[in-house]
Amino acid sequence: MQATRSIRLPRKLSACRLIHNHSILRSSDPSGRTTSFGFRTVPEESKESLVKGVFDSVASKYDLMNDASSLGVHRLWKDSFVDTLKPGRKGPLRCIDVAGGTGDIALRILDHARENYADRETTVEIVDINAQMLKEGFTRFKKTMYHNTPQVSFHEANAQELPASQFKNDSYDLYTITFGIRNCTSIPAVLSEAYRVLKPGATFACLEFSKVNNPLLSTLYDQYSFTVIPLLGTILAGDRDSYQYLVESIRKFPSQPEFAQMIRDAGFTTGGNFDGGAWTELWGGIASIHTGVKI
Amino acid sequence: MYGSCRRTHIRWDSVINTSQARSFVALAASPRSSSHATNRKSRSVHTNSRLQPAYSGHIPLTPFENGFLAVGSALMSLIDTRRADMVAACGETTAGSTLVKLRDIMLESPEGRRILREMPRINSQTLELEKLRSLPENTFGRAYVGWLDTCKVTPDSREPVHYIDDPELAYVMQRYRETHDFYHALFGFKVSALPELALKAFEFSNLGFPMTALSLGASIRLKPPQRARLWGEFVPWAARCGSHTRCLLTVYWEERWGQDLDEMKKEFGVWDPPAGITIPRPSRVNFP
Repeated sequence: MQATRSIRLPRKLSACRLIHNHSILRSSDPSGRTTSFGFRTVPEESKESLVKGVFDSVASKYDLMNDASSLGVHRLWKDSFVDTLKPGRKGPLRCIDVAGGTGDIALRILDHARENYADRETTVEIVDINAQMLKEGFTRFKKTMYHNTPQVSFHEANAQELPASQFKNDSYDLYTITFGIRNCTSIPAVLSEAYRVLKPGATFACLEFSKVNNPLLSTLYDQYSFTVIPLLGTILAGDRDSYQYLVESIRKFPSQPEFAQMIRDAGFTTGGNFDGGAWTELWGGIASIHTGVKI
Repeated sequence: MYGSCRRTHIRWDSVINTSQARSFVALAASPRSSSHATNRKSRSVHTNSRLQPAYSGHIPLTPFENGFLAVGSALMSLIDTRRADMVAACGETTAGSTLVKLRDIMLESPEGRRILREMPRINSQTLELEKLRSLPENTFGRAYVGWLDTCKVTPDSREPVHYIDDPELAYVMQRYRETHDFYHALFGFKVSALPELALKAFEFSNLGFPMTALSLGASIRLKPPQRARLWGEFVPWAARCGSHTRCLLTVYWEERWGQDLDEMKKEFGVWDPPAGITIPRPSRVNFP
């Protein structure tokens, strides 16, 4: 497993770049803008409902499928992610975990703060566009000590348009989004909302599948993804199509340098444009942690 | 032929001309691109197999994928016996040459040839259930509807075929799945675990699908007295009865709604199973 380093910004902060519109989205058709839904090209307006359909369908078996398809490794990645962020080290945080439906990250954040820093004031607001996923998260949290406390709350909202009345400007210390941003129709919109709601000095952190650069690993990974995962979806969840979409959407996501640039375009300051700087690769690039700071 | 009840059945594809009537509708889309509607169910399939989808719902699999799914679906059917889609997948991935043998048997009988030519489907649109309810008491059609009502099932719940590459063999598989309920009606089997396993034993003896034999492995989930009855009484009945009769896939059930049930059993050479897993005979039950 690739060693992960704690995020340290270089002393000379890289300059904040102007927001250019290097749009990674598919170029618009004359008839309207299109985007990718896995390997398919669909009208932009319909991606949201298609993704909703996928997650309505997978919600009840989501955690089981995560364990089966990653052979449990996703837990290591999420542990790594939260350990990198060290929530609670500098006092209680107000966190927002977006696309956090089933509560994996939120729970880890709260546990990390509690176990390492005896912090019971850190709060996490779990935001997800899909009510079924939130329901799964709510049920999981009922089994923990955080249920019915102000430390966790659940909100149904769109990451691209967080309602300004509820999610005010400059109000959060930590914004996390884990394995969710590739399902959003417009990544720049999500990033600019993240920029809006974070306080100055606060951190944006994203854990997402990324490009594997090693050709041998990449071949094995592709074989596994396109052969085993849809079959596991068929067997465990009775749903091949949703898992087909999920593995295809990983291939469509921008590469690590491209995504880091998008983060900078939204106004964040990141580390250098290399592995260990703006992002940290896990397991050869199968997943990566991208971070940025709002200066 | 028997009775005046004309069946209405939807031709599997009404677009293709008669000389090609035996194929499923070929999907023209290649696996990697689709300009179809965004309905998730109709999206094109990406698999590692080099085959193109040959009919609606076809998911071509490589040999490794086929084996993986065979093992996985068998295990899942055992773990969660309500997963009918897993039983279906197990049947398809383990079918092997059984479908070829069955198709050839169908081709050897005039009735079977008619089935393969016309490719009738069985669902609530193609069956006129009300008409069947009005048939005389001891007819096959009446017994079938009576069984549907008693056991509270519909003819609509069958999973479509996905993993058989040849369209004609896929139809044979689909026909088997859809006529399974007719075997229930013929003998009056209930729908709980023990009768279903007894019927699977009969199907193995009559048709030969490996999955039907594998499914008898699920008998470990029965209570010991039921298991003893299954192996002691019903499996011997199934072995004798199933091998004694003609291949039931050659029966054009939709032509026989008005046929008397006892006469039908005599024609096929089958006899009722031991008591305990069947619903009462239609003539003795008053339906509203």
